[in-house]
Amino acid sequence: MSTSTETQQAFINYLLRLADDRLILGQRLSEWCGHGPMLEEDLAMANIALDLIGHASALYEYAAEVEGKGHDDDHFAYFRDDPEFTNLQMCELPKGDFGFTIARQFLFSSFYYFLYEALKESSDEQFRGMVNKHLKEIKYHLRHSREWVLRLGDGTEESHDRIQEAFNDLWMYTGEMFYMDDTDEVMIKAGNGADLKAFEDDWKKLIESTLQEATLEVPDWKQFMINGSRTGIHTEHLGHMLAQMQFLRRSHPDAEWK
Amino acid sequence: MSAATSHTYSEEQIWDFLKEITDPEIPVLNIVEMGIARGVDIEGDHVQVRITPTYSGCPAMNAIEKLVNDKLSDKGLSEYSVKMDYSETWTTDWMTEEAKAKLKDYGIAPPEKTGDDDDFLKSLSGTKIVPCPFCDSFETELQSQFGSTACKSQYFCNNCDQPFEHFKCI
Repeated sequence: MSTSTETQQAFINYLLRLADDRLILGQRLSEWCGHGPMLEEDLAMANIALDLIGHASALYEYAAEVEGKGHDDDHFAYFRDDPEFTNLQMCELPKGDFGFTIARQFLFSSFYYFLYEALKESSDEQFRGMVNKHLKEIKYHLRHSREWVLRLGDGTEESHDRIQEAFNDLWMYTGEMFYMDDTDEVMIKAGNGADLKAFEDDWKKLIESTLQEATLEVPDWKQFMINGSRTGIHTEHLGHMLAQMQFLRRSHPDAEWK
Repeated sequence: MSAATSHTYSEEQIWDFLKEITDPEIPVLNIVEMGIARGVDIEGDHVQVRITPTYSGCPAMNAIEKLVNDKLSDKGLSEYSVKMDYSETWTTDWMTEEAKAKLKDYGIAPPEKTGDDDDFLKSLSGTKIVPCPFCDSFETELQSQFGSTACKSQYFCNNCDQPFEHFKCI
């Protein structure tokens, strides 16, 4: 029996999952700013990071509105500790080399392309508006990372080996993308959620066909998979990242953006 | 508050004020022809302007929000607010033809009409041809999907040997 309080809490959890993924990945991606392999890619990374952090900010603001406790986006981004973050562990891993970053972007953007396609008809007007807006940008992100997967995979021996290794290392973090719990169930019932299992095969097909086109080996889907991020379990990397990301805001808790 | 010091304006007048505000990153366009200003709601003495972001990460949005507030204040309004509205999804199709012509004159290739995206996954490797805003040649190539701002991509014209930006079509 679902109560309205339960639905409200599930909606907040759901918005925070989507937002945390974007904030943490956007923060990692922005580490490339000034360090990109070429000017165009430096700009591309910064632009994609900006999009992701923009998505996060809008989702956090909306979560605060649904919650009704007078919080704002800064509260969720800067005043929570690592066990309260529910982003996929894939998002918090150090940026690695350019190949690792591209492989991660490709896995992430393709997953969210399918998820947002499934959320396009959500019943909540503001949420639906955000999803449709973000989806347009995700399509650009997906196109960008997929092209680079092809170029690096079917490039030189070194680029091929490096991005292959990146996919091999990232593989065990893909399983939890499709983790579902009560939050998802309640959201699906409320018309603002998606059954992740419904597009898992389509997602795998896109990943496999791209890797094959890029002359890369598809790692084993049945290997050990990490889980737990949606319940606040993280790698050791998240705490370090948050320490750096949050210290300034916490040093000035009463500061206001003017 | 005495009525003598506060101004009241018609909805049409408010729209005219909004046309005086240009996009800080694309100074040739105002926020009405860009489709950023979405609505003016007047209730009693209170004026609310609804704006919608072009791109989620667009840093100009905060500046635009502030510009709208400043404009309403400058016009002598005392009760006003600006609301960020996400319920509609901004699209380049909301740009007026006049705005697209201004973009081209400014040296930015304007967005074409948005196509049907049903075949998105099939079109992943496709690239579209954007004519050069300077010489109208089709001998152009995409250099990067990401340019100096979130809304633009980077092209090069092989006919007149000039780089140019294209306002992405979303």
